[in-house]
Amino acid sequence: MATLFDINLFALFGQLLVGLINGSFYALLSLGLAIIFGLLKIINFAQGAMYMLGAFIALLALKYMGINYWFALILVPLTVGLIGILMERFLIRPIANEDNLYSLLLTFGLALIIQGVFTHAFGSSGLSYPVPEALKGGTKLPFMYLPNYRAWIIIVSVFVCAGTWWMIEKTKLGAYLRAGTENPQLMQAFGINVPLIVTLTFGFGVALAGFAGVMAAPIYSVSPDMGSNILIAVFAIVVIGGMGSIGGAIITGLGMGVVEGLTKYFYPEASNTVIFLVMVIVLLLKPAGLFGKEA
Amino acid sequence: MKKTNRTLLSAVVSGAIAATIACSAQATTDGQVKLGILADMGGTYADICGSGCVIAAEMAIEDFGGNVLGKPIEMVSADSQLKPDVASAIARKWVEDEGVDAIGGLVSSAVSGAVSKVNADSKNITLISGSASNTFTTKTCSPYNVHWTYNVVALANGTVKPMVQAGKKKWFFITADYSFGHALEGMASKVINENGGEVLGNVRAPLGTTDFSSYILQAQASGADVVALANAGNDTVNALKAAAEFGLTEQMDVAGLLVFTPNAQAMDPATAGGMRLTSGFYWDMDDETRQWSKRFEQRHGAIPSMIHAGVYSVTMHYLNAVKAAGTDDTDTVMKTMKATKPNDFFARNATLRPDGRMVHDMLYVEIKKKDERKDKNDIYKIIKVIPGDEAYSPMLPQCNFS
Amino acid sequence: MNNMKLNLFLLALALLAPTVLYPVFLAKVLCFALFACAFNLLLGFAGLLSFGHAAFLGTGGYVTGYLMINSGLTPEIAIILGTLAGGLLGAIFGKLAVKREGIYFAMVTLALAQLVFFFYLQAPFTNGEDGLQGVPRGALFGLIDLSNNMVMYYFVLTIFVAGYWLINRTVHSPFGQVLKAIRENEDRATSLGYDVNQYKWLAFVISAALAALAGSTKTLVFELASLTDVHWHMSGEVILMTLVGGVGTIFGPLLGAGFIVTMQNYLSGGEMGNYIHIIMGAVFVICVLSFRSGIVGQLMKFKRNNF
Repeated sequence: MATLFDINLFALFGQLLVGLINGSFYALLSLGLAIIFGLLKIINFAQGAMYMLGAFIALLALKYMGINYWFALILVPLTVGLIGILMERFLIRPIANEDNLYSLLLTFGLALIIQGVFTHAFGSSGLSYPVPEALKGGTKLPFMYLPNYRAWIIIVSVFVCAGTWWMIEKTKLGAYLRAGTENPQLMQAFGINVPLIVTLTFGFGVALAGFAGVMAAPIYSVSPDMGSNILIAVFAIVVIGGMGSIGGAIITGLGMGVVEGLTKYFYPEASNTVIFLVMVIVLLLKPAGLFGKEA
Repeated sequence: MKKTNRTLLSAVVSGAIAATIACSAQATTDGQVKLGILADMGGTYADICGSGCVIAAEMAIEDFGGNVLGKPIEMVSADSQLKPDVASAIARKWVEDEGVDAIGGLVSSAVSGAVSKVNADSKNITLISGSASNTFTTKTCSPYNVHWTYNVVALANGTVKPMVQAGKKKWFFITADYSFGHALEGMASKVINENGGEVLGNVRAPLGTTDFSSYILQAQASGADVVALANAGNDTVNALKAAAEFGLTEQMDVAGLLVFTPNAQAMDPATAGGMRLTSGFYWDMDDETRQWSKRFEQRHGAIPSMIHAGVYSVTMHYLNAVKAAGTDDTDTVMKTMKATKPNDFFARNATLRPDGRMVHDMLYVEIKKKDERKDKNDIYKIIKVIPGDEAYSPMLPQCNFS
Repeated sequence: MNNMKLNLFLLALALLAPTVLYPVFLAKVLCFALFACAFNLLLGFAGLLSFGHAAFLGTGGYVTGYLMINSGLTPEIAIILGTLAGGLLGAIFGKLAVKREGIYFAMVTLALAQLVFFFYLQAPFTNGEDGLQGVPRGALFGLIDLSNNMVMYYFVLTIFVAGYWLINRTVHSPFGQVLKAIRENEDRATSLGYDVNQYKWLAFVISAALAALAGSTKTLVFELASLTDVHWHMSGEVILMTLVGGVGTIFGPLLGAGFIVTMQNYLSGGEMGNYIHIIMGAVFVICVLSFRSGIVGQLMKFKRNNF
């Protein structure tokens, strides 16, 4: 019976680790959303589409231009960020003065278009992207066999999230950004180009999604609906963490991944719903979210 | 003035309503044969029954001569998106509004179930080639169902039985979470228990799952001899990929219970090589199959799956029956179809039973290892031929529609 | 008075339409029109954007479908129970959601609806991905057989007219006026002594119940209830219908639903099937960028400027 207990304990650790990997993606995506929301006060419904776009661009760049994973890790976020910048400049800014629900609907429409175009071109069955040679294989842990690439995901995501947090909270650029959030008119009066900051911020938030997309390509199959499947969960995470809270988005993202892993072990039937259940509970107890300020 | 207007209007309206209510939709016997092909144009099963199923049906119509009962054969096709509601709505429109006589293709048991319900009401023929559940000739059997190609019983008997008998007693299932997966798991479990094995557990993954890692971990923790993949299409490919990634393939046997040739091609030969499975057809079996498959490959760009071949075969059998019966009346055509033995490159030693089940020889095959393959299309070696009576279960008395 | 004439004209049109068009298609248009009108009650007249209305449509469908298959109730009772179930769910959603405003409200309803989606995906009585297939239409009051498409259509039309009438009454009632006041200026409504959240909540419940009514009816028409109706894409579709037709107008959602359903009907099945989502996305973007008042809104503007 002892062995049986051990096996179960191992399985639990395994699920927690897989949860942490999923949580890494949640964290990257919700961080991007939170940054955009913080400054623009809009919810970017196309964040999932940008994540999908990141994976597809990486795939196509490898197939047609021979650009490997490591270069893609840098080039793809830049490309996706640029697309985001164009999107903000030419589509979102014209309606910046309208109710921000309209920008939600606009980005929803854009997400439908992008997803539709890729479904049309590649079908929805999913394509595979090879794991980079250097990260193939795995490490035998006492409780499970951990593929190296999955370990890499956790390390890189935590690093990127922490770096972003540091940049926003501790640097001068971040200070501008936060000030722009609090009082754009005053910033403008100080001679700071607020519209430019807004555009760049949007680009950065979207680039994070593109980055997550490249990270995801080798382990999830690259398919047009990969973004829409994860997006709603990420929305719930943003609500739980407190809309616009940078640290909240990161911690909640990783945390919810772990909670999902726990649920997969103890009560797998609820693993899809647990994030939303947590959201309901948080809304009842703390309507502004765990790390949010009361609006 | 106004009043007369209104009275006139209501008179017109009620007259029109009365006239239209009188005529209601039923299967058409108009001498015009029209086929509908429902396939998955861009989803998880697109490679095994997407545009290929439409091409296969077109080929059958062309080879038949394009005409029957003195009129050109018409064909429409649509994307079921693997959604039962979409399929049901399209089927309803086809048979009630557009005069479609028979609907074929039909991949995913959920889709086939929805279409077969519509057709049972309207008395139109359902030519199921792509679905696996055995429900269409058992629990939800109907006089208008024709089930070609394969089903879960044949898969369980063909693939699972030899493994249990060879000493692989403990099983764990990773199952596609809808009617097909449930049926396959149920049938396989029955075969396992009957042969002295046991099922240690199962986990249900939604159709179209891309990340199987948590399911693989559950399977790893089960301590089973064999992890059975009761899914199909890209689900199988992705599950096997995750199994290899987490080292499962080195600890336990992985058995793909339903593997189609395009999916076998997509799998890494290092992990899939040596896996044994059951198929209703293999393109490289003999000259007859090769000849048809080459023609298909020229048009489709890939070798046929057993579903593609099945669609051709059942369409041909249907058209032959219409010709022989001299009418497109549903009941007469069904009778003729069941009275004639199907016989072509696909259907070997075949009969169409009164319950609608087409029983034919199945193949027990092994996926070739890398060094065994001549080219990319050389994927199976045939271990043995399973006679139809051994593969399929006997007809239920309540489904005998002779 | 003018509206009255238009209503009568539309009714005559609806009565005659099945003589030329496929009745099941028309019934589908009516179901979605009712769904959109219910949604518009909330967005157009209370200013609340729900991104989770699919949950109510689907709940109505599943409850009615389950009852028709398993209970032997007559269809009108099954529909009423489906509607009540949707209203009840709406009451719970509303309690949680009305505390938040604007974009928060949209996100909370979306996430709650996703919770409901996963519940239906896994609950045994819905049959998961397979859906409830072969729901019998039954006999109305145990007397009138609904299996004939024509009879079914007129039954759906009756339900639609009733729902539509109720929405119109609500909008023009004192309650509707308070809702509009809240939409225009919530603080003022509060200072006038109205319990704003209570009003919003009630509007939410009515809207949810009517959306469920649409779902219940749709299930009978198609003899099937499935996950598509609970998926968040459906919540997006109803927003699009309302937006295209004209938010906050009486006829807008009707027209928008007709437009979108017709488009989907002609695109699905054909060569263009692949483009449905692209076109719907494009319509969304165009509407938001340059057409925010929708078809009816534009027409009214045109009429104001030229007559």
